[in-house]
Amino acid sequence: MKKLLKHLSKYKKECVLGPLFKLLEACFDLLVPVIMIYLIDNGIKQNNPTIILQTGGILVLLAIVGFVCCVIAQYFAAKAATGFASSVREELYEKMSKLSFSSLDKLGQSTLMTRLTSDIQTMQNGINLFLRLFLRSPFIILGASVMASIVSKSYIIALIFAGVVILAFALVFFIMLWTIPKYKKVQSEVDEVVKSTRENLTGVRVIRAFSKEQKEIGKYDFKTDHLAKTQNKVAIISNALNPIAYVIVNLSIAGLLYFGAKYIDEGILLQGVIISIVNYMTQIVVELIKLANFIIQVTKAIASGDRIQAMINLTDDPMLLNNNVDEHIDSPYICYKNVNFSYFKNGDNALNDINLAINKGEIIGVIGGTGSGKSTLVNLLSGFYLPTSGELIIDGKHIENYSRKEIRNKTTIILQKAQLFKGTIRDNMKVGNEQASDEQIFEALRKSQSEEFVLTKKGQLDYQIEQGARNLSGGQRQRLSIARGLLSNGDILVFDDSSSALDYATEAKLRKEIFSLKDKTIFIVSQRSSTVRNAHKIIVIDHGMIVGFDNHDNLMKNCPIYQEIVLSQNKEVNENGKEE
Amino acid sequence: MEKKNNFKKLLPFVKPYIGLIILSIFFAILSTFGTIYLPIVIKDVINNALGQNNVFWDNIYPKLLLIIIINIVIALSSWLLGIINSRISFNISRDLRKSTFKYIQNIPLSYLDVHSSGDILSRLIQDVETISDGLLLGLTNLFTGLMTIIGTLIIMLILNVYVALLVVILTPLSLFIANFISKRTYRLFKQQADKKGEQTSLIEEAITNQKVIQAYNYESRLIDNFKIQNEQLRKISLNALFYSSLVNPSTRFINNLIYASVGVLCGLLATKWNQIAIIDVGLISAFLSYASSFGKPFNDLSITITELQNANASLERLFEIYDAEQEEECLNPTLINDDEIENIKIDDVYFSYVPEQHLIEGFSLDVKKGQTIAIVGPTGCGKTTFINLLMRFYVVNKGLISINNIDIRNTTRKDLRKQFGMVLQDTWLFSGTIKDNIRYGKEDASDEEIINACKISHCHSFIMQLENGYDTIIGEEGGSLSQGQKQLLCIARVMLSKPPILILDEATSSIDTRTEIKVQDAFLKLMEGRTTFIVAHRLSTIQKADVILVLKDGHIIEIGNHQTLLKQGGFYKKLYESQFQK
Repeated sequence: MKKLLKHLSKYKKECVLGPLFKLLEACFDLLVPVIMIYLIDNGIKQNNPTIILQTGGILVLLAIVGFVCCVIAQYFAAKAATGFASSVREELYEKMSKLSFSSLDKLGQSTLMTRLTSDIQTMQNGINLFLRLFLRSPFIILGASVMASIVSKSYIIALIFAGVVILAFALVFFIMLWTIPKYKKVQSEVDEVVKSTRENLTGVRVIRAFSKEQKEIGKYDFKTDHLAKTQNKVAIISNALNPIAYVIVNLSIAGLLYFGAKYIDEGILLQGVIISIVNYMTQIVVELIKLANFIIQVTKAIASGDRIQAMINLTDDPMLLNNNVDEHIDSPYICYKNVNFSYFKNGDNALNDINLAINKGEIIGVIGGTGSGKSTLVNLLSGFYLPTSGELIIDGKHIENYSRKEIRNKTTIILQKAQLFKGTIRDNMKVGNEQASDEQIFEALRKSQSEEFVLTKKGQLDYQIEQGARNLSGGQRQRLSIARGLLSNGDILVFDDSSSALDYATEAKLRKEIFSLKDKTIFIVSQRSSTVRNAHKIIVIDHGMIVGFDNHDNLMKNCPIYQEIVLSQNKEVNENGKEE
Repeated sequence: MEKKNNFKKLLPFVKPYIGLIILSIFFAILSTFGTIYLPIVIKDVINNALGQNNVFWDNIYPKLLLIIIINIVIALSSWLLGIINSRISFNISRDLRKSTFKYIQNIPLSYLDVHSSGDILSRLIQDVETISDGLLLGLTNLFTGLMTIIGTLIIMLILNVYVALLVVILTPLSLFIANFISKRTYRLFKQQADKKGEQTSLIEEAITNQKVIQAYNYESRLIDNFKIQNEQLRKISLNALFYSSLVNPSTRFINNLIYASVGVLCGLLATKWNQIAIIDVGLISAFLSYASSFGKPFNDLSITITELQNANASLERLFEIYDAEQEEECLNPTLINDDEIENIKIDDVYFSYVPEQHLIEGFSLDVKKGQTIAIVGPTGCGKTTFINLLMRFYVVNKGLISINNIDIRNTTRKDLRKQFGMVLQDTWLFSGTIKDNIRYGKEDASDEEIINACKISHCHSFIMQLENGYDTIIGEEGGSLSQGQKQLLCIARVMLSKPPILILDEATSSIDTRTEIKVQDAFLKLMEGRTTFIVAHRLSTIQKADVILVLKDGHIIEIGNHQTLLKQGGFYKKLYESQFQK
């Protein structure tokens, strides 16, 4: 939470001036009764209408000045609060977009959403109120206590005031301490509701297909009920703040009256003094109630702030590549040495003792069963995950010594799940290469076999893709995703089963284009043996282990698993009496 | 932008809490009465302590006791008031979420397909939160504020009519100003809520596309975009926050003016006009204190009005969802016989997503019991649309689809969809255990049945390798499972529920061919006696189909089985041969 306050540093001026103007306004507020006494004593009692009108004018003037001060203060507070929120949002967003996948998986996406939206909103409210009230309320409370002690000249009355102030602040502190974790709990339950809502929206087809609407409603009801229950529980305590403060103050008023009456009886104090002391105490109660409400807001803001801070502090495993270290090792272009990899700590290895040497410019096919580790093997190349043990050297440099930016520029990976962004086709292509001209884009579209359908779209490159690319078919998405990959100028191109939704004819044309790319080291991950058979070399992977690494003809001779894969795909051909 | 009052629509949600609201008003009256009455008791005590040896202790003791009692009453009633008010607003916001969620379950897919899920999410979460905040403040301040105003007014009228009239005439000024400002801020709040919705969908997209973003070093550019957007939000928020926070100082300003006027009027009444010489200093000081405490509820009310404006804007956004028409449910449904699907008839069906763009035209097909229908064709030919129509996700514009001679519009959606089991290319798993995900289609399935289904669909072995086997909790959207594994789990889900009609839309596209063949054998067994629709581009998957439809631009261009289509030498043949090009 504290670290987040650095975002206020841009608004130092506002953070100082806002409360100061508020204080100024408070001073004017305190002046008003004094001037009114002057009006009564010198105007009414002296029977002087001119003084009455003059002092009336001064009061109006004070009201105007107070108004101006307050408006200025509100502006500064609003500016600092919204600026702060916007700046925190930016940092959190930046952090989020750099988070490693394992962290993302662990956190879940919904909590990121709540933190970026609702938690930051709560902080904005908290800061806004804080800047408006944090000087004013304590100032009036302490000021009133000091004044009362001075006026009464009695240590007992001073003690009562001191007791009230200490008790009140202790209470505030205790309730804050107690409620902060509760508010955190509330927010984490909001996360659950968000998760439920998101899942429902993304899975709507499946839910409806299974007619599970009622069940989903039940699940959602359960979560919202739970949230409301927790909120109500917290409310019981947080709502006690106000009445307890009230009890403290009014009991002390009773005490003041008792001692006051006693002192009057003894002739130590005058009646008028008691009136003013009681007035001070009433002022305190008004401010304490304000303070109590304000504390609740601040407490919520702190709880939310802690949640945001926790996200920002998240140390991101070794997967975060940050430092760029110069290194030149004499080694094959891409070299896996005894690489092991596991997604979980102490979990089963997804990759086992991988040893590979690949030369520059080679086209490598990767084939294997579902869950055999194909994707994991190539994902290592772009530093999405780092090997659990062993060495991975790319272009004379250990993967750990690349910066994120550098490794992602080196390796372009085209994923199986083709995800596009809301925006025009051109915008989406420029994700691959910001400087790409329309000609370059069209060239990539041609190679990826998407030119044909893009030309039929309204506006062509300006065609608007909706969120989640819902207005494109699966095959169209994949081809655009490939075009995007081709535009990006990586030396190493990885096609991670990225043409699975294409029909064979289109895929064959695409393959031809890929094979004619120059100066690239290419990995083609596929389940189709036809896709990889012409590669220079084919990696056959099974249960995380390499069981073959050679060209098609040799593998057909000496790799039984490869033979099995190829045969399984030719089965249809044989059955139809057609020779391959 | 027209300012609308959306609170009327909120009434049905408030209704269940009438009892609590009455209770809330009761405690508001109690605590306000106490608060107004307390100063009078205190003054009585002071009036009984006149000077040295002139203190009436017999009168003071009972009053002190009374102070303590009133104090406890105020504290308890305001505590209960707070709890009740929180309960009302939290429960109403829960009900709003529930009701909207329920409503969304019946909104046609055509609505959800074109509205960004991030924006809907923001309406359900953030807007409801704003509404809840507004309600809470409204409940807390509205009644107590009104009570205080009425109580103080009565006391002032008793004290002096002229001065009271001055206060009564001047105070509406502050309400007028508050209303003037809030009318203008409403537009800003709506803008702010819309901008937030926009930002939420941007964030949502960034979260889902995380991997692509990182793969292309797109983070920095995306962050730049976000910054621009965020800056716009900041400006709008600053305006909304600042203009709305003008209400408070403005009303306070009016109050100070009233305070000054009361002082001057009292003074002039006493001195210049000598009209009410009776006005003594004690009365003036009492008046002044009431005039200043009269301001506080107005102040609170003005804050409340701003918050309510904010809530009003959010209510509008929330209720916009209700503008989407609900899917009509058949009133007298004829149920389809579960076990026996005799025939499926598609008769001269026309359909388009947008009126001017015809997609499916004059589509007719007759499917008999146990047949396997495969659909092939270039992308965008209408394969997925056909399935959307079959499952009544979308409704035909013209023509008829019937199952067992029952128009699918004449049965319930639930009954219709019960007949289908669907595996799509886009897998969907929810966060929960593997077991729960598989059991989704058949709630009462035993563990054995689940394991059996997983064995047939070849996911048993990888499930056993996970940390906790079937009880492993998978994260949102399947977490770290591979695409193929997710698809296998979805297949297991259907294998378990054994529906009479199967729809496999690229169901095995992410699965390796060896496993696919094994899974297909399982499918074949499952498909026996059932009617199956297969969409696939791997022709190996569809060769055994009884009928192969070749679609292009929403029309059937070729129809027949594998052999006859090959003989025809048309589009299908070309497609088939392309598979074996080297």
